[in-house]
Amino acid sequence: MAKITYAQAITSALDRALSEDNDVLVYGEDVGVGGGIFGCTKGLRARHGERVFDTPISESAILGSAVGAAMMGKRPVVEIMWVDFSLVALDQIVNQAVNVRYVSEGRLSAPLTIRTQQGAMPGSCAQHSQNLEALFAHTPGLLVGLPSNAQDAHDMLLSGIHADDPVIIIENRTLYFGEKVDVDEDAPVVAPGGARVVREGADLTVVSWSAMMGPVLEAATAAAAHGVDVEVIDLRWLRPLDMPAVFRSISKTSKLMIAHEANITGGFGAEIAARVVGEAVHLLDAPVRRVGVADVRMPAAPGLQGALIPNADSILREILELARF
Amino acid sequence: MTEISTTGLIDGNGALHLRSASPEEVGDSELASAMWVLRGFEERIRELRVSGDVVGSVHLGIGQEAIPVGALLALRPGDPVYSTYRGHGWALASGAAPEGVFAELLGRAGGVNGGRGGSAYFSVPEEDFYGENSIVGAGAPIACGSALAAKFNGSDAVTLTVFGDGALNQGSVSEAFNFASVMKLPVIFICENNGYSELTPIASMVVNPMLHERGDVYGIPNLRIDGNDARAVAGAVGAAAARARAGGGPTLIEALTQRLVGHYIGDAELYRAKGELDRAMEDEPLERLRRSLESSGTTSAEFEVLRDTALARLSAACDRAIGQPFADTSTVYDHLYSKEAYRG
Ligand SMILES: Cc1ncc(C[n+]2csc(CCOP(=O)(O)OP(=O)(O)O)c2C)c(N)n1
Repeated sequence: MAKITYAQAITSALDRALSEDNDVLVYGEDVGVGGGIFGCTKGLRARHGERVFDTPISESAILGSAVGAAMMGKRPVVEIMWVDFSLVALDQIVNQAVNVRYVSEGRLSAPLTIRTQQGAMPGSCAQHSQNLEALFAHTPGLLVGLPSNAQDAHDMLLSGIHADDPVIIIENRTLYFGEKVDVDEDAPVVAPGGARVVREGADLTVVSWSAMMGPVLEAATAAAAHGVDVEVIDLRWLRPLDMPAVFRSISKTSKLMIAHEANITGGFGAEIAARVVGEAVHLLDAPVRRVGVADVRMPAAPGLQGALIPNADSILREILELARF
Repeated sequence: MTEISTTGLIDGNGALHLRSASPEEVGDSELASAMWVLRGFEERIRELRVSGDVVGSVHLGIGQEAIPVGALLALRPGDPVYSTYRGHGWALASGAAPEGVFAELLGRAGGVNGGRGGSAYFSVPEEDFYGENSIVGAGAPIACGSALAAKFNGSDAVTLTVFGDGALNQGSVSEAFNFASVMKLPVIFICENNGYSELTPIASMVVNPMLHERGDVYGIPNLRIDGNDARAVAGAVGAAAARARAGGGPTLIEALTQRLVGHYIGDAELYRAKGELDRAMEDEPLERLRRSLESSGTTSAEFEVLRDTALARLSAACDRAIGQPFADTSTVYDHLYSKEAYRG
């Protein structure tokens, strides 16, 4: 056990992967000598040498070379500094990496891991604040994970690196420098997938992930004072998607809310809602409620952002309304 | 082990063995035989496309055969090759047996990718052909990764990637040039300059028509060659491969050629100047070899034997492919992920 931050947990996982497997390469913009713009790769170049390196500001070359290196047996772990920047090179993910195994009937594979981070922060502009997980979850062939805490940041990254498939781990930079918590750096590496019930409750289920877990848990605690017993599920992986965990929970609570920082329309909450309605509507006694950012662009000013992004108070209000249904 | 025919580079199944041949020892008749395999394959595919047995967009490499044949003569087994959708010839030159490629385009179970790739996006990893790509320019960064792997593995494999003239105007290609150069990657970029990108002449889309000079700004050694001369191609690729294996990094080769057919089957080719194709026919690689052989005493009857031998093997391969069952629809969900559980 080590007391470390979410960012340090990522460094720790990368360090372990580099130590355990000589095929692991860690690269991206500012990742090598500089140790990463958020310090997630700090010290790795010094410890592992050339397998940790800087690249030009060329997202297509970063992702494309990771596809090619992975096809040739390497385990590239590449950083795309902001998820917004993946859009300039989406081809290499959506047209290339995910087709390699399927189209070749398994003769080839592309086990690359993409690390990126997303979300709004006070002052972050509209091109540095999007939450694009649904776009990746819409892409069969990709595994998509969003760790909400330091242990998951460590474990899910290792799961991704070990998986024989293209994986995107979407971190959230508001989580990087949070509290230092105990992280088991020797935790066994498990296969991607699996949601986690982080708070048990009987009245209502909230499914969430990534940085939204914080306000959701705060709201759930506050709801208890109003006599509403909220169960909270950290979905962790959108692909593979652990729907049984959601079904188990709503079979107890009969009420479902999904909370994410992404825009509502076409957000991943819509997929969960559709599956629940399509496969288990009989378990519900209230409409599914989705909480997220309304369909607008993200302004930079903190006051304006605050008017859009769900927080513990707004989530609590939604919880209480749903509970009264 | 398949029998190696008297024509040297083709085996009884019509598969080419160019990688293990040395270019200096290959005569004109062997070059012609190899190119007839590529040409004959395309001509058969054209018939199958017109008859509707092959469906979808099909891009033929008729007229451009000297580039893959020359390049693969200069490469070794184990050197990865990445092409575009105009890649049937690159796959065959890499060593793919025609039956599997025919079957692929015909949607048969025994296709090199079981019918999943089709004409424009298949691979034959067993022959180090890592595949076609139907996104213009996308193969260049991927080839860089292949070269990166070789570098980290301490292997002396050289990766070759080919793209058209139009692809030079893709950002991904520029990114790949810089990435390969700054990292001194063992990769060879071949630009097949056939003068057109689909329906648009490249001359109207670039200010400097000397496309190879793009290499200059990235510090990539570059040259323009006659892409209808397989020996010139083999020479340039051989030199580039030697430099790459010695740690000298990438090379950009602009190979001038012409496609003698439309961009895709059904292209009306309204963009062509009058007489353009007639001139191109005089200069195309097989016509040149015929003339060269003739001047050294080979009769046209002997030349036709080379062609007919290649065509007969292709024809048998095609018949075998047609005889295969269609890809089994119950397998259509297979291989999306390494584990079935990930589909959840
Ligand atoms: C990114 C992208 N843009 C456009 C297309 C459509 N397209 C297919 S082939 C082609 C022309 C490419 O020309 P060139 O690179 O010269 O190669 P050639 O077809 O002549 O071999 C175009 C525009 C595509 N497949 N991918």
